[in-house]
Amino acid sequence: MAIKRSRSIEQASHRDARRVARLLLVFQVAAGLVFGAILVAFWYFQVSQHDRFLARAENNHQRHIDLRAARGVVFDRDGRVLVANRDALNISLVREQVDDIDGVIETLARVTGIDRRTAQNVLERNRNVPPSRPIVMVPHASLAQVASVAARRLELPGVVVEQSPTRHYPSGSLGAHSFGYVGEITDVQLSLDGYAGLRSGDIIGHAGVEHAYNHLLMGTDGTRRVVVDSVGREFETISETPPVEGHRVRLTIDYDLQKAAEDAFRLAGFNGAAVVLDPWTGEVLALVSLPAYDPNAFAAGIDADTWTALNRDALKPLQNRALQGRYSPGSTFKIAMAVAALEEGVIDPDFKVRCGGGAGFYGRFYRCHATHGEVGLEEALEKSCNTFFYTLGEKLDVDQIHRWATALGLGEVSGIDLPYEVQGLIPSRAWKQEATGERWYPGETISVAIGQGQVSVTPLSLAVMAATVANGGRRVTPRLIDAWNDGSGWQPAPDPAPPTVAPMSPATAAMVRAGLWYVVNRQGTGRRGRVQGRDVIGKTGTAQVISLDGLAELGGTPPHLRDHGWFVFAAPRDVPRIAGAVFAEHSEHGYLAAPIARHVIETFFAKAEGEPLPVLPPPPAPAPVPTAPPEVPPAPPEAPAAQPAVPATAEADAAAVTAGDGNGSEP
Amino acid sequence: MIVDRRLMAYFDWPLATAISLLSMIGLVMVYSATYDSATGQAGPQFLRHLGALGLGLVALIACLAIDYRSLAERSFVFYGGLTLALVLTLVAGVEQGGAQRWLGLGGATVQPSEFARVTLALALAALFARTRYGQRSTLDWLIAGALVGLPALLIMQQPDLGTAVTLLPVGLAIMLLAGMRLRVLSLVFVLAILAAPIVWAYGLQDYQRTRVVTFLDPEQDPRGAGYQQIQARITVGSGGLTGRGFLQGTQSQYDFVPAAHTDFIFAVLAEEHGFLGVVVTLGLYLFVIFRSLQAARVAEDRLGAMLVAGIMAGFAFQVIYNVTMSAGLLPVKGLTLPLLSYGRSSIIATLIGFGLILNVRMRRFTKR
Repeated sequence: MAIKRSRSIEQASHRDARRVARLLLVFQVAAGLVFGAILVAFWYFQVSQHDRFLARAENNHQRHIDLRAARGVVFDRDGRVLVANRDALNISLVREQVDDIDGVIETLARVTGIDRRTAQNVLERNRNVPPSRPIVMVPHASLAQVASVAARRLELPGVVVEQSPTRHYPSGSLGAHSFGYVGEITDVQLSLDGYAGLRSGDIIGHAGVEHAYNHLLMGTDGTRRVVVDSVGREFETISETPPVEGHRVRLTIDYDLQKAAEDAFRLAGFNGAAVVLDPWTGEVLALVSLPAYDPNAFAAGIDADTWTALNRDALKPLQNRALQGRYSPGSTFKIAMAVAALEEGVIDPDFKVRCGGGAGFYGRFYRCHATHGEVGLEEALEKSCNTFFYTLGEKLDVDQIHRWATALGLGEVSGIDLPYEVQGLIPSRAWKQEATGERWYPGETISVAIGQGQVSVTPLSLAVMAATVANGGRRVTPRLIDAWNDGSGWQPAPDPAPPTVAPMSPATAAMVRAGLWYVVNRQGTGRRGRVQGRDVIGKTGTAQVISLDGLAELGGTPPHLRDHGWFVFAAPRDVPRIAGAVFAEHSEHGYLAAPIARHVIETFFAKAEGEPLPVLPPPPAPAPVPTAPPEVPPAPPEAPAAQPAVPATAEADAAAVTAGDGNGSEP
Repeated sequence: MIVDRRLMAYFDWPLATAISLLSMIGLVMVYSATYDSATGQAGPQFLRHLGALGLGLVALIACLAIDYRSLAERSFVFYGGLTLALVLTLVAGVEQGGAQRWLGLGGATVQPSEFARVTLALALAALFARTRYGQRSTLDWLIAGALVGLPALLIMQQPDLGTAVTLLPVGLAIMLLAGMRLRVLSLVFVLAILAAPIVWAYGLQDYQRTRVVTFLDPEQDPRGAGYQQIQARITVGSGGLTGRGFLQGTQSQYDFVPAAHTDFIFAVLAEEHGFLGVVVTLGLYLFVIFRSLQAARVAEDRLGAMLVAGIMAGFAFQVIYNVTMSAGLLPVKGLTLPLLSYGRSSIIATLIGFGLILNVRMRRFTKR
């Protein structure tokens, strides 16, 4: 019994042991199968998909760092540096490396003292930039900001300090409108062919030479591949393509003349514009537009407040008045009238007019500002006799005036190598038909004859006219670029559009220049432009801002409604070396523009002959710069740049009305 | 007590060799994973790891020297000690990374939960060894369930779901050997599936839920919770057939692999030594598992068989989970890879387990 029982126990044990052994075998087989499956998975990842994962691993730890190329240095005609670069430290954010953007922005704002919302706007603006590209959060960071960011690197993942060359204008606002300014490329520009290959965040020129010669000045960014760890620490450089600096560019601008012109404006206390040309080549020696802005403010990325202030400023500092301001030419237009009358043969050189303080035309009396008696062409120019030129207006058809004014350079764009030049207006029959649907009335020509009515010009086009008359009929194309250097030496810039010819006879040119010589060197209106021994020729002019009736209503002339003064000039008379136009905003009298030109001319000849440059006394302490009250929008003296073909409305209309009152402000 | 010479004749040298080789591989990988190119040195973990191997070897020899049957007789003392340590951990443990898993012990810290598998295997084996197959009462099964459940619950409170889950294969393997019917097993399985939504809603912490969701679609949150999984797969995949070379893995050396020297040590190995390294290492692991289960088959008694099977089930589960996770194929859990990962408690507990396995095989002809 006991044996039987123990046997059954033994059998049970035996069965049990076999069952256990079977189970353990199952475990072994299961383990083998699972390991086999795991190996298949590893084969798939490590061998089949190796390339893909290797690429991702490389992408993980290698980072491309953009090396910003410096823009080309800009020189004046003597090799003086006008625009350079300086190294700035930017604090930037690489979004790819950041989990919590808002947190990092908040910390960054706290650490650097920048405004959190501004920073978020910057990110919003750059949302289309690839996340691996750094976005500049703090341009031109101070050393203190850089240090505090570096100290909190662990709290600021993805925040990097980049060195980037930044535009620097050593002379501040001097010549600002010629140089223009730089800034990030806009979304619209990115879609244009001219900017093919550029990326969001690239710095390009937005105005002036920076814009016009962006393709030369812009360098080629380099790149550096570095090894970084998961928190962005750099370990080593794998490869580096150094950035290539942009081409150097030499301008025709003469720093000394530019400075002389701006100093003279400052001493006189006027805003305005001036263009000084080489009358034979069209090289721009100086180009002034005041008030100016400081292009350095744009170089580091202009802040919204400064930008808004510049745009809202009633004095329009961003506008390049020399190219974009349209003003009534006033009496300077009499030069074109004189050429037209002689060349069209409506008068002969001995033609004389008796000025009795005015004359009647088409049943209306047009006044002169004085009683000049019997005057010929030269004397009429010298005295700026309106009666004489009214008479020419009666004899000439408006289309004849149009033809000659255009040939001399007015009413068309000059073709200068600067962006956004606007075109003045010289009326013609065709123009009037098109603009108003009405025919031209001969009576309108009388106002045109003294540069009033619908006539409008830019300071640049008046300078071209001065050059054309001075050189005897070659209408040159103004230009600022002289040469560039891509590192292999200076290459002259290709010639601009060849000069067109205003077919005036030498006799005509000589006679007009004689009259213009009297203006400056006898008892004329341009006496203040006289330079001993230099035979300066010139003509003053006054552009009315508001009608005399309007002034009467106001009971006085607030500074921002005063007339503008002109002085166009060239020197010396017979073989001119310099020509130009000065526009003195709200100077009230044309003769007040002449001293500005005189200082430029004196400086030019002193420099040409190696003598010390003339020095002006410092401007009086409270600069009597006419400022417009910001609340009252003044009658804009110039037409908005957006409407090129339409005449400057306010002042042209006012002038049309007041022409009948005798152009009373001309001395 | 000196081990009997006659016993040494049955010592499993091949298994011991495989374990030593894996420990060497682990040492090399910990060196690489903690290497700092700036100083040209491995981190302090390397020497600590070496020390833990030494301590583990001492523990292994100790567990080898005492007959496993004597140890099993005292298993409830060990089990009680474990429970006490786990409770102490909850009450006075050291917190690190949001979980309270460590007990301060003099200068060092100990992770009691790492010792839970071995202790549980010993206790369960001892429990079922008392009775014969077919004679087990419902009470035995209930006690077994409680023995698994108590430490599992305590460990989940730390919280450390990963380690708690490793107790299940230990319990399951021993209970299967003890004669648990497959019907019961399937019932447990069905219950588990039914309980899943409830566990999802009430039983999981937020971070755990995130991990599961992220696992299902890691690219949805590549910088957040999915980061580790994506990086792990990149690390493994970039290794290729022969690997990028010792200390040459960019993912490991530039810290793109999370927890490189602990949870993701196998990813480092896969990156630096490639598919060939993976094959060799997994081959060694498979050999260890086969050889150990062989020890269970030839064991002198049920106690030995169940003890070995329980320890091995926990070990195999950990290896499989960790390796699969390293390839980004399972949700990220804080589970070490035994014998390779850094972690002193893990090393010592694992070597204790192998001490017991070697013990069982060595005494397969020894009756008490």
